[in-house]
Amino acid sequence: MTHVIGTPLAKIDSWDKVIGAAKYADDMSLPRMLHARILRSTIPHARIVNIDTLDAEELPGVVAVITGRDVPIEYGILPSSQDEQALCVDKVRFVGDAVAAVAALDPETAERALQLIHVEYEPLTPVVTMNEALDETRDAIHSSAHADHHNIHKMVALEFGDLDAGFAEADYILEENYFYQGNTHLALENHSALASFSPDGHLTLWSSTQTPHYVHRALAKTLELPASRIRVVAAAIGGGFGGKTDPFSHEIVACKLAMLTGRPVKITLTRQEVFYCHRGRHPVLMWVKMGVRNDGEPTALHFRTMLDGGAYGSYGVASTYYTGALQTVTYKIPAYKFEGMRVFTNKPPCGPKRGHGTPQPRFALEIHLDKIARHLGLDPAEYRKRFIVDDKTKTVNHLTITTCGLRECIDKVVDASDFHNRISNLQSPISSLKTGLGLACGSYLSGAGLPIYWNQMPHSGVIVKVDRGGGVAVFCGSTDIGQGSTSLLAYIAAEEFGIDVRDVRVITADTDLTPVDLGSYSSRVTVMTGNACISAIRPLKQKILDTAAEKLLVPAESLSFRDGEIICEDDDARRLKWTDAIALAEAKHGTLSGTGSYKPPKRAGPYKGSGVGVSPSYSYAACVAQVSVDTETGQVRVEKIWLAHDGGRALNPLLVEGQVEGSVYMGVGEALMEEMTYRGGLHKAPSLLDYKSLTMNDMPPVETFLVETNDPEGPFGAKEAGQGPLLPVPPAIANAIYDAIGVRIDETPITPDKILKALEEKEKGRAARVGPKNFPNAPYPEPLHVEPPEDAPRLERKKG
Amino acid sequence: MKQVLHLRVNGQAHELYVEPHKTLLEVLREELDLTGTKHGCDLGECGACTVLVDGTPILACLALPIELQEREITTVEGLAHGAELHPLQRAFAELNAAQCGYCTSGMMLSAKALLDRETNPTREKIRDALAGNLCRCTGYEKILEAVEVAGREVAGRK
Repeated sequence: MTHVIGTPLAKIDSWDKVIGAAKYADDMSLPRMLHARILRSTIPHARIVNIDTLDAEELPGVVAVITGRDVPIEYGILPSSQDEQALCVDKVRFVGDAVAAVAALDPETAERALQLIHVEYEPLTPVVTMNEALDETRDAIHSSAHADHHNIHKMVALEFGDLDAGFAEADYILEENYFYQGNTHLALENHSALASFSPDGHLTLWSSTQTPHYVHRALAKTLELPASRIRVVAAAIGGGFGGKTDPFSHEIVACKLAMLTGRPVKITLTRQEVFYCHRGRHPVLMWVKMGVRNDGEPTALHFRTMLDGGAYGSYGVASTYYTGALQTVTYKIPAYKFEGMRVFTNKPPCGPKRGHGTPQPRFALEIHLDKIARHLGLDPAEYRKRFIVDDKTKTVNHLTITTCGLRECIDKVVDASDFHNRISNLQSPISSLKTGLGLACGSYLSGAGLPIYWNQMPHSGVIVKVDRGGGVAVFCGSTDIGQGSTSLLAYIAAEEFGIDVRDVRVITADTDLTPVDLGSYSSRVTVMTGNACISAIRPLKQKILDTAAEKLLVPAESLSFRDGEIICEDDDARRLKWTDAIALAEAKHGTLSGTGSYKPPKRAGPYKGSGVGVSPSYSYAACVAQVSVDTETGQVRVEKIWLAHDGGRALNPLLVEGQVEGSVYMGVGEALMEEMTYRGGLHKAPSLLDYKSLTMNDMPPVETFLVETNDPEGPFGAKEAGQGPLLPVPPAIANAIYDAIGVRIDETPITPDKILKALEEKEKGRAARVGPKNFPNAPYPEPLHVEPPEDAPRLERKKG
Repeated sequence: MKQVLHLRVNGQAHELYVEPHKTLLEVLREELDLTGTKHGCDLGECGACTVLVDGTPILACLALPIELQEREITTVEGLAHGAELHPLQRAFAELNAAQCGYCTSGMMLSAKALLDRETNPTREKIRDALAGNLCRCTGYEKILEAVEVAGREVAGRK
């Protein structure tokens, strides 16, 4: 039998992409279409005193000008953070905040008109750093309704198990501060939206969005239209990485302008505007205290984080929890305390980027473990392996581990890199060039266990229709951002029905045509749409089998779908062509279609905040990095990356490898060069040239290993692959740098100046380290004490 | 003020009436509906708008078509020979070298210029030739493989 699942196949939408036929939102145009542009704030923090649009309105070619008064209703991706307006009404909160918009006959006229809009601001002192955000004498960026306290957006504190007892049991306690810099998605496609409003009151938006369902909801709210008359279609998407998961100002503005003018309106953001829209990786300051026994066994972990959220809430509440949620899913930790805080600053809003809130703490934790291993004289790989979580257990913070292939992941990268023999032993022929190896691990969720807005409905829905001609159509709200989620549905349908992938059509991401899928975020799509697709197909298969069994005079259980036929496994002379079988089934049952849906298992723990971190399953990854460091220039070159990923069963290994390689690329970039930097409230580098990212010349070779556990929660045993492989890469590089030159760089990006600074400190006999020296004094609340579940790691008391 | 412009694109001659400050990228996309060539930055930073002019890769966002009259311009839409795909197109699709697909057109055209000069290029040569084309999805690994595979096929044909 020909199998589709597990086979390296081309994506079904690749063909359109290689001939230039795939239609991204900016590639679309409609008759009579207007072009819109958005006026953005030039100062970081100010009250809007007056906006005069008269001159702009009079410019020939201008069709409409709108301001915040036309679209004042607040929105935001999380129900608890409805703090954005499509165009600011009373206040601007960062350089780039949207203030007014123009629709004109052509983009040049729209751009000219922006310069004729006169905005009178009353500047307020900008709040730029996290320390400034904690200073209560500064102006509050938001009203108290949107913040826990002044410029503190969110505060959380949770304690699982007995932390004091854990530290009392420890033979060695290490405390350190770390900082992970903010960086951005930098998808190659700039966001674009095209809106059309018909005279009967139907609104259609084509947009580069990862979450058409959430955009649908935000449009209904802000435009005060019934959701039943709004259609949101995700066009082909030129890269997401989390950067297109919020409902955006320009989407609402394009719709409003289309409604006002009666003409289609398109807005395509410039590269600079995309930097302002951001929603990327939060800068996170971290303080870590870990207690271990002499053999390295963890006894307690205390983790404190402070997130620089930028100007709006976005996914920030979830991001805050994520900086604390997943530390426990890799190693057995019997007592854990997490304190998290997110502050508002007058900078572009942060949100979810690949790994959402978890690469930062993972960076800190894996460097911390490396330091502990070095201190205790333990091998960093063997040390970690002794304390890896077991299958079918729970963590101290109530997360459920179904399968964990981390031990095998570590073995793969250790063997392939000859880690044991080569660590601390690498020599370079050039005296100023020092080479080293580092190891780190990570874990990520296969989809958020809870939806963004509270409800009991499925997270993913699929409709399958079988045509008389033998073709199968699969309808699903999921959005393909290049990872291959559309193709995945075709593979599953082809595998289940035993037909060729080319006989399956997939229609996705259209709120009129497809059942809801929550979107491409949290690595949820393979597990959730895959399971929904199987649940839509299986009852339909049964109908087809039952009618085939009657015809062939054999029991239905003896029949299977194979290579375009229904074949009796006991007597393969008894067989029916696929098309004949579906004709019989349609004659008996009428039109052949099925619906299916998926809701993750209910597993949230018994405490507030337990909804973040729960997932049907967790992926695992281990990474070894080999670096060379030029001690004269401080230049770090990553020479090679070995990465093993347990993403469960690889439904298409070619696509899983692609996710691993892409994650490694992004991890190397974040470790060495990518950063959002500001002067005052002004972004220093809002361009692809100044914001450094890896070119093909900078990218190290990657050796990928897929460790295929068979996870019971996933379709055909699959888990996630799109985000987890990024996590171990930055700390593996930092650990390799230590191996090479004996200095610790406890913050990203690890730039040449920091290397030279650390070497200089080392030379002077001071601590050979660059990283944050202290953690601000911040008002973290009293923790909520939570009893760990029965099957979580327990602290065994050996002392006193 | 609009001017008459004679442009040869993918073997076809066009007489257009456009404003002279319009970039080649704008004219290809807006006047000729050849939207396979992508906007990434409009500042010559990302390579997404790469097209060939007389076989040499250029950035369409920085080129003025008025200076390219009578030259042969090739876009992604002109890569295939009729219904037969160029080996690069087949290799990019089959090896998953196109994830989101946004850099793909420019990447393939830079690669075509290389393979036209030199079949079976080394990885070093491929890296040098494609270093001006950014990709955020693939980590470049599958792109390198695809160019190598296509290179061998092009070499086999010669």
